[in-house]
Amino acid sequence: MKAVITVTGKDAMGIIAKVSAECADKGANIVEITQSVLSEYFAMIMIADIDSLKIPFSDFVDSLDEIGKSAGLVINTMHEDIFSTMHHV
Amino acid sequence: MLNVSDILETINMIREENLDIRTITMGISLLDCVSDDENVLCDRIYDKITKSAENLVSVGCDIEKQYGVPIVNKRVSVTPVSLVGGRISSDGYVKVAKALQRAAETLGINFIGGFSALVHKGMTPADRNLINAIPQALCETELVCSSVNVASTKAGINMDAISVMGDVIKETAYITRDRGSIGCAKLVVFANAAEDNPFMAGAFHGVGEPDRVINVGVSGPGVVSSAIARAGDCDLSELADIIKKTAFKITRVGQLVAHEAASRLNTPFGIIDLSLAPTPAVGDSVAHILENMGLEICGTHGTTAALAMLNDAVKKGGVMASSHVGGLSGAFIPVSEDAGMINAVQQGALSIEKLEAMTAVCSVGLDMIAIPGDTSKDVICGIIADEISIGVANTKTTAVRVIPAYGKTVGDDVNFGGLLGHAPVIALRDASPAKFIARGGRIPAPIHSLKN
Repeated sequence: MKAVITVTGKDAMGIIAKVSAECADKGANIVEITQSVLSEYFAMIMIADIDSLKIPFSDFVDSLDEIGKSAGLVINTMHEDIFSTMHHV
Repeated sequence: MLNVSDILETINMIREENLDIRTITMGISLLDCVSDDENVLCDRIYDKITKSAENLVSVGCDIEKQYGVPIVNKRVSVTPVSLVGGRISSDGYVKVAKALQRAAETLGINFIGGFSALVHKGMTPADRNLINAIPQALCETELVCSSVNVASTKAGINMDAISVMGDVIKETAYITRDRGSIGCAKLVVFANAAEDNPFMAGAFHGVGEPDRVINVGVSGPGVVSSAIARAGDCDLSELADIIKKTAFKITRVGQLVAHEAASRLNTPFGIIDLSLAPTPAVGDSVAHILENMGLEICGTHGTTAALAMLNDAVKKGGVMASSHVGGLSGAFIPVSEDAGMINAVQQGALSIEKLEAMTAVCSVGLDMIAIPGDTSKDVICGIIADEISIGVANTKTTAVRVIPAYGKTVGDDVNFGGLLGHAPVIALRDASPAKFIARGGRIPAPIHSLKN
């Protein structure tokens, strides 16, 4: 199972480091990252394998949300199924 | 394989365009709660509901987190209570309503539906006692919703029942007058009521349903509205395609959530209700969809055509996205719950006659409409009879949920709070249908009901 983590907000030092450290700490293995900086805005999409997650997925969502709030970013963490269900028949 | 634009589109739908799952509703049969002692009946009902749905809210919240999509309401619908009441009195039915309220509070759900009676062909003493108890039951509870089915295409229209409901609505408005006559916002009069409808206030658990079932209502007027706005000046065939594709995506989310909820609650999946259900929030309005389609304001000439096309396209898009479609499945036009409808009434562009015409091409009926508090019982019965006959003649569900707001007159505003919103009091015709209503009896079923 995979999670899709999107991070958007004003560019700042160490955004990728913060999110990836949290993923490693909670047992989510990042398998893909795409990111871009447009003007001063930062947008990143991560795909993480969550089969070995050490905490319930909903707690993982909350922990990333907390990091986002403390860094002035918007972090959405969602199970991949919502994307594949919506866009693939 | 996921791609960036798909991911961003989904997130945009949820964060910016108010895509949500409007409700996960667990249907629970009360048929095994029957007792000839009203206290035992109430205890059994409370126990059955709280045990069956004990994880409904927590599972709903978990799924919300997992997929990142808001699940706005978690609700319960039960077997029409008149079917399990047996010989209890009207006071006994009020006790049952309070038991339903206690169960809803224990579960943490925001509405429980099924304080209902099915009287399309006639009333049993139990039906009559329940209906007489409706005003008091809605006054003394907050979360209990009531509905009465007074007609069907097969049975015709029970005008005696409509006459009784006119009195019930007046009485309910009066005894909840200190709260904007809010009791009437929880009371629906139906034709061809759906047995698997997950939406309130008209949800109940039909007798042909299993012991427990999960029904899910999707929503997303904002998503459809934005897609239409982005489409620019395309013709109506292209617009219908855009609506279909959007409805497909919305419904797929509903299907995913419904399956997950059914599986986690170990309950059979029933249906997805493909409805565009507005909320008072900005950007979540069905009227604004119609205006984005090209109407200067909702209610003007062309509104019925635009709504008919919207309703049809939503169904066509949604039906392939779900394994079972049911409930009401269509665009809702509740006035008080839709910022665009409220504005259209305030501007004088949307009249009750136009709303009635619109209900012929969409679900569900004259919904959440505030009418003057001094409206006579006969006029209310006339409104119900008109609306119900549209449903009977067109073999579709129609309903009336009007609020004769006590002490208010045309142009005043009535505030119900929360999802129920607020509504400007709408103008009605003055002339009386009293003699017609007083005739009573049954309007026979239409000829096209004879299909066998």
